[in-house]
This record gives sequence, structure tokens and C-alpha cells, in this order.
Amino acid sequence: MGNILELKNINKIYGTTVKTQVLYDINLGFKEGSFNSIIGQSGSGKSTLMNIMGTLDTPTSGDVVVDGVITSGMKASQLASYRNQSIGFVFQFHYLLPEFTALENVLMPYRIGHKTVPKETTDRAKELMKLVGLEKVMNNNATQMSGGQQQRTAIARALLNQPKMILADEPTGNLDSLSTETIYELLRDINDRFGTTFIIITHDRRIAEKADRIIEITDGRINLDLLKNN
Amino acid sequence: MKLSYQIATRFLKSALTQTLIIILGIGIGVSVQIFIGSLIQGLQKSLVNTTIGNAAHVSVTDDDDGFIKDYEAVIRSAVDADDRIVAASPVLNASVLIEKDGESQSLLIRGFDLQRAEDIYEFSEYLVEGAMPNADGKVLLGVIARDNFELSVGDTISLITPDKRTVECSVSGFFDYKVAAPNESWCITTLPTVQAIFELEDVVSAIEFQVDQDLVFEADAVAKNVAGAIASDSDTLIVGEWKEANGQLLSGLQGQSISSIMIQVFVMISVVLGIASVLAISVMQKSRQIGILKAMGIQNGSSSLIFLFQGLILGIFGAIAGVLLGLGLSFAFTTFALKPDGTPVVPLYIDPAFIALSAAIAVVACIIASLIPARKSSVLNPIDIIRNQ
Repeated sequence: MGNILELKNINKIYGTTVKTQVLYDINLGFKEGSFNSIIGQSGSGKSTLMNIMGTLDTPTSGDVVVDGVITSGMKASQLASYRNQSIGFVFQFHYLLPEFTALENVLMPYRIGHKTVPKETTDRAKELMKLVGLEKVMNNNATQMSGGQQQRTAIARALLNQPKMILADEPTGNLDSLSTETIYELLRDINDRFGTTFIIITHDRRIAEKADRIIEITDGRINLDLLKNN
Repeated sequence: MKLSYQIATRFLKSALTQTLIIILGIGIGVSVQIFIGSLIQGLQKSLVNTTIGNAAHVSVTDDDDGFIKDYEAVIRSAVDADDRIVAASPVLNASVLIEKDGESQSLLIRGFDLQRAEDIYEFSEYLVEGAMPNADGKVLLGVIARDNFELSVGDTISLITPDKRTVECSVSGFFDYKVAAPNESWCITTLPTVQAIFELEDVVSAIEFQVDQDLVFEADAVAKNVAGAIASDSDTLIVGEWKEANGQLLSGLQGQSISSIMIQVFVMISVVLGIASVLAISVMQKSRQIGILKAMGIQNGSSSLIFLFQGLILGIFGAIAGVLLGLGLSFAFTTFALKPDGTPVVPLYIDPAFIALSAAIAVVACIIASLIPARKSSVLNPIDIIRNQ
């Protein structure tokens, strides 16, 4: 299978007067349906890398190529549509909308791209809530759920539009070890079932080792790129 | 669109107290506007009504010998010329002296076609004693003249003409216009009575017209039309209207209107600034949500719409609250602030069109106020939110 996402000579420099370079000539390609992890210390540049991969941030130089298209040539509205249709985000701090119920949060990516929500989509959202084990609390407000429940809701939300790729930044960063285990098993299960590409950022080596490929970033450079043989 | 609307309503509901306070703020602004507007309009209406309600708005007189001969033709041309004219009445005015027990006073004797003049002067409305003159030789006098000369209904009075002839008339009733000048010196009778006293043929000294109540300020335009239409009847006729005779009243009214508009404009500006600042703060409060929505791919336009909808919703509810408060305030004012005779101290004029306009202005102002936060929301970059978590 071909590469779903390619990074070519990515450099990222913050600041104009005092320049801080956080990424140096990153070249990476991700195969469709693969399960990848990116590890690194705090401040190594891995979150910046993920934001660039997710088209939320732009590189100072270099190209991000998605499905053969260079993103730097796309308009803001095209990028928004691309994110909506093709990428599912799972952030460390969940980022659910507290004004909406869990189920409404899960449906949000679909509603952003479409005027009305057909019954099949609502059914799929309920199915996903079941998959993440939250069918009982799906009508709760986001604020009335535990951290683990919120994170699982965020995962269900990332899956709703059946994106080709899910970018997860420390998805278990502030969860206990039991919840962490449950969520990883869930992500692997989704990867097996739907063939969704996963790129997971973590600083926890034990978790990274569950992925098929481990990329280590140190001080803005690729230090290690290990492909496990299954 | 629908999503933006739903997010807007959820945002407003999630901070219900803040939302209610904003609505109350807008409501008070709108109610002040409605109350002040109704008050000023009521004041002006009552002032105009007292001044010219029972007077000619447009009048035609003769510049030559003071008499108009073919007055019916003039009336016809004038009424045909302008459909804003709602009443027309010929009148023959003259001066006489009233004398009783050695005391005398000058009177303005006014001979009307009583039926037609009723449309302008509403005699029967102001008649406080007796009846309308039902035959020639009978007159109505004001209550001040009645008291001065100790008269009662049915009395015969002696009127002395400028050429020293004495004519006797009988008093059929008394009127009270609540204004000193007519109450003291008007003597109302039929047109033939005055023509007979002064031994005149069928002539009048003036023709008086009244314009539709709501169009009194167009009297000058009506006068112009009338002048054009009657020019062919006679070239010595001159047309006058109430506005040129009441310059001070007009500038007073204008000053009132301007100050009322100033108050309303400043009230609206403060409402707009209030909403703009509250909504701007609410963008900051909701920046996390906007950031995540943008990461999920919401378009910049839709993220602006969220705040425009908030402005619209606040505007509509604020306008409704304002109309209710304003009407309540006006109702309380007209019910509880009364003069000893039970009439309101200031008569309010409740104009539905004005209230609808105030409400509409408030809604538009709220939408304008939400433009700044909408813009902020549009340019908000999700990466700033994600990075600064």
C-alpha cells in the first residue's frame, strides 16, 4: 500500500527575533493502515510534528503531502474540509465541547461537514459509543464524565467520519494505567477492523512498543525509526 | 448554519445568568428608548393638538376688499386640488361691542355654516350649557363672557356695530375651549346672521381648511396646492397656513425631537458597546471550543456565524424584553401619574410602528455588536489553543 502521509524536509522555527528551531529536516512516510508511534522527551518537538501532520500548523520549510497533494497550496477552507473528512484527532486534554452531550460530541465532526444527520450516522455514533464502552452514559454532558470516559468519547468522535488517519497526541497522558491499557487495546482493535492509519504520540516507551513502528524524536531530529516485523 | 445556531444557543444556555443579564441590559435600553420616544411623541401630539386641533390649518383670505364672493367655487377648487384636506368651512368675521348695564367689551363675531364648521371647531364637543343656534339671530358665547356679563341661556344681548347701530341677539348656549381668547371674545353664530347685521350680500371673509390630523405638518404643501388651484378663481386671494404663524412652536417641537433622538442614539450606542464587550469576552471564554471545532474542520465562516447568531438571539430576546418593559413603564406612567382631573400628566403616544422600529434597531444593533467577536472567532487559529493547553 502507498503512503497516506509524507513529510519532506520539514523544518520548524519559532520566533522572529529570537529563533528557536524545533524540527530539523524531518523526512517521514506513513503507510496506509499502519499503526505508528512517535516517542520523545518533552520538548523534543513531537507535538509540533503532529500539529504539522494534522495541518493545524505549517512548517517553516518543507512539504506535507497528503494523498499526493501538497498542503501548502491549499486554502484555509480546503484544509478545514480535509481535516474534517480525512483526519481524526485525539488530544491529550480530550477537548470535548462541555455544552453538548457525549453523543452530540461524537456526532460533531459529521455535523460540521453536513447539514443534516441521517439516522444511519446517528446509529453509527451509537455503535461507536458501544465500541468504546460508553453506551450507558452517551446522553450525559461531557462535563459529567470521568477522564477516561471523556477520552474514549474523543476516540469515538475521531472515528465517526471514518477518517483514513487518526492522530493522537498523548491519548492516555493523564489516565491511570488500567484506562491506558483499555484505550490502547481499543485503538489496536479499530486499526484491525477498519484499517485506519494511526499515528500516536507518547513519551511512554512501554506504550510505544505496542505499535508496529516506533519513531523516536530527539531534539527535533529522527533518532530512531524502528519497524517491527510481525 | 444549523450547527452554528445550535452551538450559539448552547453557549448562551451554558452561561444562563450572563445571558439573562445581557438580555436585561438590552431590554432596559430598548424600554428607555420606547418610553422616551412615546413620551416626546405624546407631548408633541398634545401640544400640536391644543394649539391647532380646533383651528384652521390652511386659510384663504382676500387681499382686495376683505370679502370673498364666490366662496363655494373656491372651496370646490381647493378640495379637489388636495385630498389631504378633510374639512372646509366659510366664515365671516367681524368686530362688535357687547354692552350690558353700561359695561362693554369687544367681541369677534364669527358667522359660520355651522354644520361644516363643526368639522373644524367641534362646537357640540365644547358646548357646556344650552344648545347650538338653531335659527338666525341666535349666538353662542364663551364662558368668560358669560361670567363677565352674568348671562344665562335665553338672554338677549345688545351688540353694537362699528357704525354705531345696535342689534339684538339671543344667547342659545355657552362654550368652553379651555383657552382664554375664544372663551372671552368669540361670538359664534350663523353666516346669514353676520351678513344681516352688516348688511352684506352672500360673502365671507375667509375660508378655513383642516388637513388630516396625521398630516398637519404638510400644511405648507397643501397651502401651495390650494394657492395653485384657486389662482384661476380670483387673483386677489391669499393662502395662509398654521406653520408660518407658529414659528416658535415649530422650532420648539424640532428641538424636542432632536434631543429625543440624541437620547435614543446614545442609549443604543451604550447598548451596542455593552453587547460587543460581553460577546468579545465570551469569545475568549469559548476559545477552547472554537479551537477544537476548527481542528475538527469547522469553516471560519461557520465559526463567525456562532457569534452572529448569539448577537441575533440576544437582540431578539432583548427587544422583546424591552418592548414589554417599555409598555409596562408607559402603562404605569399613564395609570399612576395623574392630574387631579384623572387625566395623565403627560399623555403618551403609543405608536406600534415606532415600537417595531425601536425593536428592529435593537436587533440590528446587536448583530452589528457581534461583528467584532465574530471576526475574532473567524481569525482564531486552532494551533494557538492546542499549543497553549
